[in-house]
Amino acid sequence: MNLLFALVALPLLFMLASLVAGRHGPRLIWLAAPLMTGLAVWLAMAVHTAPEGGALGGWPVPLGIMLEADGLAAALMLASAITAAITGLFALGSYGTTRAETTRSYTFWPLFYGLWAAVNAVLVSRDLFNLYVAIELLSICAVALAAFGSRKAAMDYLMIALAGSLAYLLGVVLIFAAVGTLDLSLIAERAPEARTSVLIGAALISAGLIAKTALFPLHGWLPPAHGAAPPAVSALLSALVVKASFVILLRVWFEALPGLTQPAIITGFGVLGAAAILYGSALALRQEGLKALIAYSTVAQLGYLFLVFPLAGGGEAITPWAAGAWGAMGFHASAHMLAKAGLFLAAGLMIHASGNGRMDGLTGLARAMPVTTFAFALCAVSLMGLPPSGGFMAKYLMLISSLASGQWPYALVIIAGGLMAAAYLFRPLARMFAGTETPAITPLPHNWLPLAPLALAIAAMALGLLSAAPYELMVSGLPEAGEAGLEEVEP
Amino acid sequence: MNTAILIPVLLVLTPLIPAVASALLSGHAGWRNGVNIGFAALKLALVTYALAGVAAGAEYEWRIAFVPGLDLVLRLDALALLFVTLSAVLWVATTLYAIAYLKGTPHQARFFAFFNLCVVAASGIAMSGSLITFFVFYEILTLATWPLVVHTGSAKAMAAGRTYLAYTLAGSAALLAGIVWLESGSGPVEFADGADLSGFSTLSASVIFVLLIGGLGAKTALIPLHPWLPAAMAAPAPVSALLHAVAVVKAGAFGVVRVIYDVYGIETVAALGLGIPLAALASATIIYGSLQALRQSDIKKRLAYSTVSQVSYIVLGASLAGPFAVIGGLVHLVHQGLMKITLFFGAGVLAERAGITGIAQMDGIGRRMPITMAAFSVAALGMIGVPPVAGFVSKWYLALGGYQSGASWVVGVLIASSLLNAAYFLPMLYRAWLKPSADTLPSREALASTRTWLLILPGAFTAMAALGAGLFAGFELSPLGWATLIVERIYLP
Repeated sequence: MNLLFALVALPLLFMLASLVAGRHGPRLIWLAAPLMTGLAVWLAMAVHTAPEGGALGGWPVPLGIMLEADGLAAALMLASAITAAITGLFALGSYGTTRAETTRSYTFWPLFYGLWAAVNAVLVSRDLFNLYVAIELLSICAVALAAFGSRKAAMDYLMIALAGSLAYLLGVVLIFAAVGTLDLSLIAERAPEARTSVLIGAALISAGLIAKTALFPLHGWLPPAHGAAPPAVSALLSALVVKASFVILLRVWFEALPGLTQPAIITGFGVLGAAAILYGSALALRQEGLKALIAYSTVAQLGYLFLVFPLAGGGEAITPWAAGAWGAMGFHASAHMLAKAGLFLAAGLMIHASGNGRMDGLTGLARAMPVTTFAFALCAVSLMGLPPSGGFMAKYLMLISSLASGQWPYALVIIAGGLMAAAYLFRPLARMFAGTETPAITPLPHNWLPLAPLALAIAAMALGLLSAAPYELMVSGLPEAGEAGLEEVEP
Repeated sequence: MNTAILIPVLLVLTPLIPAVASALLSGHAGWRNGVNIGFAALKLALVTYALAGVAAGAEYEWRIAFVPGLDLVLRLDALALLFVTLSAVLWVATTLYAIAYLKGTPHQARFFAFFNLCVVAASGIAMSGSLITFFVFYEILTLATWPLVVHTGSAKAMAAGRTYLAYTLAGSAALLAGIVWLESGSGPVEFADGADLSGFSTLSASVIFVLLIGGLGAKTALIPLHPWLPAAMAAPAPVSALLHAVAVVKAGAFGVVRVIYDVYGIETVAALGLGIPLAALASATIIYGSLQALRQSDIKKRLAYSTVSQVSYIVLGASLAGPFAVIGGLVHLVHQGLMKITLFFGAGVLAERAGITGIAQMDGIGRRMPITMAAFSVAALGMIGVPPVAGFVSKWYLALGGYQSGASWVVGVLIASSLLNAAYFLPMLYRAWLKPSADTLPSREALASTRTWLLILPGAFTAMAALGAGLFAGFELSPLGWATLIVERIYLP
């Protein structure tokens, strides 16, 4: 319990500290990165034996605030801690102490820690209003960080995020009026009594969260915002922010309303996810800007997450491979966090070095920046879903669950998505290897910067190679909806 | 704990260490070469130890868990060891050759890193004990080979890399679809037990088989999935050797053998009526590859099409499903490797030292570069099937197997193929040895100044090995003896 509280509160403390510390603020990351990662590892190990949780201040629900970490929360918390820690260290290169003091180097760090706290809060909250507070903090930090890149894109993002929040809040109010509680497990008990109004509320909540997650067809704001931001910011936005709103969506449908999930809703999410995979990949194929390509890839990769709805089912639609599908979603979310952050960081270094963010600016960079290129390639392998990466384990489990539950069209989409990912990611890779000259590059601010994407890439690979423990963690303490399938996975 | 179970891990790690070391030692060519040669030799020692153990009936296995029920299994049985031994022996030869070939060229660190990674993948493929393990290493091979194919960075190499990826990744997608479909019904498949097909209809089982073989066929270069192989000859000669003899096409052919014998089982393949169509496809590839080879005027291209043809011998042997045919197919896995690597070593030497890339330029080169061309000739004669070179042994067993399986048309295919092989190899030998030297050939003095023994001797060594494998085929530890041992264990468990 105290551990969960610490994981949420510590980043908030760091946020305040970074404001107070002034120009020494950036150095706090040297403390925050190992501390937060260590706590997340501790949490993962604790949850492995029993779910962690309890009510804040000892007040029971509905008076107190519940914090609770299941296996998925612990796994995603660890993945996001690694991602945020490495991205934070990387950001020292841009917003660190060596540069002249600027508004940005002051504002980056509080926003960074605020975002981290919000992500952790989303992962452990079990209460619709808490979740609202967390996602609002997250959106504000994310929009402000996105404004480091393009103000216009950030404005669009703000509009979408606000509209999403309104829809969410409205849905929460409706549900509260109908069942008189905001706690997820209590809603699950009482929802059947007020089916219709709860469903309307859930629909509004879902619409708001879909907009924030940038699921097709509400993805339009994402590529400009993620593509234009500085590398460290893009990495945080693509890796962490969009995952958080997705996790709330999972909590709402799988934990609060397992009895209400109907085939139409499940299929709806599945179809939107599949459309996102195909449409996002097709657009990624056509991008000439490196970061735009990676941003469209995020649109496509987010689609895979939504396949958990049809593949795991829920309520009466529970599939025999539900646990496998649940694990696949966890793997995909974690692997995408690590690999996408790594890809953005590597791309940022390449763009800095070549001074050109377009595809042709990459020519020959494999010779000038071998480590960065290698990191880029490893991250790309994970995104393509090729072994031995975490992305592969995710795709493999998804494919198995879609075929085992007789939903082969999803399998076709997953395979097509993998091939398209290979096609759009090999375009930049081929440019990096092309040519015979070694291009002259602008020196990087620090020579160790390429190690950040490399570390993320290696983490994404390790997730695939050592997949047994993460898998067990992700499916431990499954929401009731998924539990029935757990037996089937064990041969 | 029995330390012997570590042998599969060590066999995978021995190339991994020089892969990492090569990447880190980018500025220290001497150290890098030393590490590469040292570990190649170390692996050879390990393989020798394992050969003795497996011949005595031991099997080494090592596993770690992926997600529940799915294990990464490395298992060293007789069939695995056949491929491991081949890649280990050729790895030494190719490493020495590559060191000499690439001397003074840029980006050797990258080259050796990925080159060793390919050997890691090949060893992993050979020792895979389950379908998922096989797929993991198969994909590592796909990815690790690409930087080698595009190594020079020229427009031609980039195009070849693109073609290579398009075919192999599409193949991987089909393979993955097949594996997942199969495992969604039968549970994780381990080669030691085979797949449980009871849950599948005849049609589904056949479609899965087609997906698996189609996916593997892309690397095996079965028609119509072969065009990447001739395109990839834009790569440096050591890479061609790797693609054609050590790793890539062999990985595909080896996978076909595994699917037929250790996933489906020969009885099931025969019962489903899938063996003969596959044998027919392999035969068509054999003839088509030879016909295309005949039309090429570029040495490396002719050799590439020759590979398309020769690798299908392995598939043919495996799909005919009689003991003799299987022996012929398996032994050809080794024999073709020895002969083809010799040919590519030779072609690389011709291009590097004499600037010869076209067949028409070969006039009289035999007297100027006798060792290289002697090795080249031995290998070419072997490919045709002239006794006592190794290729004869393969063809003999394949023909016997054709009779044994009641598919006597195979003999016709083999004869036609041998005639075609003769038609495209003999003119090269004729030009090299019997035609007067062309004026364009570099003088003896010029050749003497570029003579690098490291470039010449690996080819001579592999040619001797090909000759030895044929001459001493009757011995127990010859490739033929080992293939017989494997087949005895398949048919008389």
